[in-house]
Amino acid sequence: MTTLEIRDLHVSVETDTEHKQILRGVDLTINSGETHAIMGPNGSGKSTLAYAVAGHPKYTVTSGTITLDGEDVLAMGVDERAKAGLFLAMQYPVEVPGVTVSNFLRTAKTSIDGEAPKLRTWVKDMKGAMEALRMDPAFAERNVNEGFSGGEKKRHEILQMELLQPKIAVLDETDSGLDVDALKVVAEGVNRVKEQTGLGVMLITHYTRILRYINPDHVHVFVAGKVAESGGPELADRLENEGYDRYVQAAAV
Amino acid sequence: MTLLTDKPRDHVDPQSTVGSPPEESRAARLTSFEVSDFPVPNGREEEWRFTPVDRLGGVFADEADDVRGDDHPADFDVSGVLDVMGDSLAPGQAPRGTVLVPGDRGAVVASAHCAEALYLKLEAEREYVEPLRVNIHGNGAGRLSSAHYVVEAGHHSKALLILDHTGSADHRGNLEVIVGDGAELTVVTLQRWDDDAIHLGQHDAQVGRDATYKHIAVSLGGSIVRVNSNVRYDGPGGDATLLGVYFADAGQHLEHRSFADHNAPHTKSLVTYKGALQGDGAHTVWVGDVLIRKEAEGIDTYELNRNLVLTDGARADSIPNLEIETGEIAGAGHASSTGRFDDEQLFYLMSRGIDETNARRLVVRGFFADIIAKIGVPEVVDTLMAAIEEELEADMGAAA
Repeated sequence: MTTLEIRDLHVSVETDTEHKQILRGVDLTINSGETHAIMGPNGSGKSTLAYAVAGHPKYTVTSGTITLDGEDVLAMGVDERAKAGLFLAMQYPVEVPGVTVSNFLRTAKTSIDGEAPKLRTWVKDMKGAMEALRMDPAFAERNVNEGFSGGEKKRHEILQMELLQPKIAVLDETDSGLDVDALKVVAEGVNRVKEQTGLGVMLITHYTRILRYINPDHVHVFVAGKVAESGGPELADRLENEGYDRYVQAAAV
Repeated sequence: MTLLTDKPRDHVDPQSTVGSPPEESRAARLTSFEVSDFPVPNGREEEWRFTPVDRLGGVFADEADDVRGDDHPADFDVSGVLDVMGDSLAPGQAPRGTVLVPGDRGAVVASAHCAEALYLKLEAEREYVEPLRVNIHGNGAGRLSSAHYVVEAGHHSKALLILDHTGSADHRGNLEVIVGDGAELTVVTLQRWDDDAIHLGQHDAQVGRDATYKHIAVSLGGSIVRVNSNVRYDGPGGDATLLGVYFADAGQHLEHRSFADHNAPHTKSLVTYKGALQGDGAHTVWVGDVLIRKEAEGIDTYELNRNLVLTDGARADSIPNLEIETGEIAGAGHASSTGRFDDEQLFYLMSRGIDETNARRLVVRGFFADIIAKIGVPEVVDTLMAAIEEELEADMGAAA
């Protein structure tokens, strides 16, 4: 049982000229096995929350805490957070020219586990995970994210999640840019990992459509840098019908 | 005909484009055996404007080598090429001088002061399985050393020649290569000098009909290294690949110039240079000239330079020049780009648990991966990989 606890988190982003405050007191607790949907309009700070959890250097935590089973996440480097069991499926994964998917995955797995995976099981695991995500085996020999379609990039993110087996995963707009078929494949992947490992998920999304395939236990409406309202799955249905206008107007007052 | 220009995201360092405009045509550039035809450069010349000529005084000198009794400025270990060594060649003694006519001050003084050129003559139709190797070891910084090598690869021969430079000297070396019809010759020049070495080199090749020539420059050590790799053709169907890999540290100047002179139809050239830079004052220069002459119909050429700047304070200049005198070509293109080490890549890799050292290593290795695959000489690849590791370790050490 793992708990990610975010308390009164304030985060600013560095631009050329200023520190711009984005998160203004986020409170959130995610336990193993739970799926929390974070929904909100563009610019509400959802991705900032994802990056702050992962430790992107561009974002500065000005106050508040993030802990994983009581351990201070903010004191950890980016790689240490991954080793502690956090994973961020990125909205815009970057290209790494000349580094093959297979080399990248093996290097990451070795780093996370502290030892190289046993060759035979590793090859089998990788093949199995790729098959499940309906990825061509040739994919493993392509360079990381180079020339990947939007769908391939997202599948590759989920593939990493399957193989690295984090405790808590943050999925940042994993549904964006996916057609229905790709969305189903990706959602199946997330559900499979949840079942197998008891993964806790922070599912960041603008639209409700991914929630048709991944059932959230909790839904949080995110507006102007903090959680405006929390509820169960029914909250997502309401957002589907009413949109975010009500919250945005309330925040503007 | 297809005429590819560089992709929009490629760019030439705007800094590099300032200054004097290129000469009218590369074809018009002076070549001569007369030392007096090439005054000591002052740095304002087009060909020398990137080079720190003020630090090159010694190597430009119209003086004999710094020989002290039995103590030579550089030792040449020719044990790897004994079987193919011919009698040494004096200036003007053919085939010396048939392909290489000096094109700058460094080459003309090398030519003038190397009385005995090493002559390697490869038998026609013979495949040399073992690499031919000449080890050049400089015996002291600032000691003037001149060298000239003539390689004549008989028709349909196949061989690999490695020139391996270590130690330190003020070295000026010319390489003259005649690739016979249908021959396959690869020349590797490794610059693994000590930090205080200076090396100017002009490497000229003439590629025979349907012959294949590969020139690979690997520059890792030395204070100032400038290697010019030039190729022209002696008939149609010749195929030249000019590759370069370099890694410049603080204060190091590594310069590579290439010239593919398409003077025959249906010839090919592929020029690829890739380099990494780290540390204050690390400077690399690549100037790639391609000339497609009127008679060179149906040729295909592509040149590419990429630089990866790992730290602040380093500078890469990159200039491709493509001169086309005929419209009847199969393809001609070039690309050049200089990028900084990408923090987003680093973040992405580290977010998968990979520590910073290994993440940087992955990115740099990845950057060099395609050119290393093109080199195709295991011995050179191993040396290069080990050297890159060492450079990265040094960087990590400095950063820590």
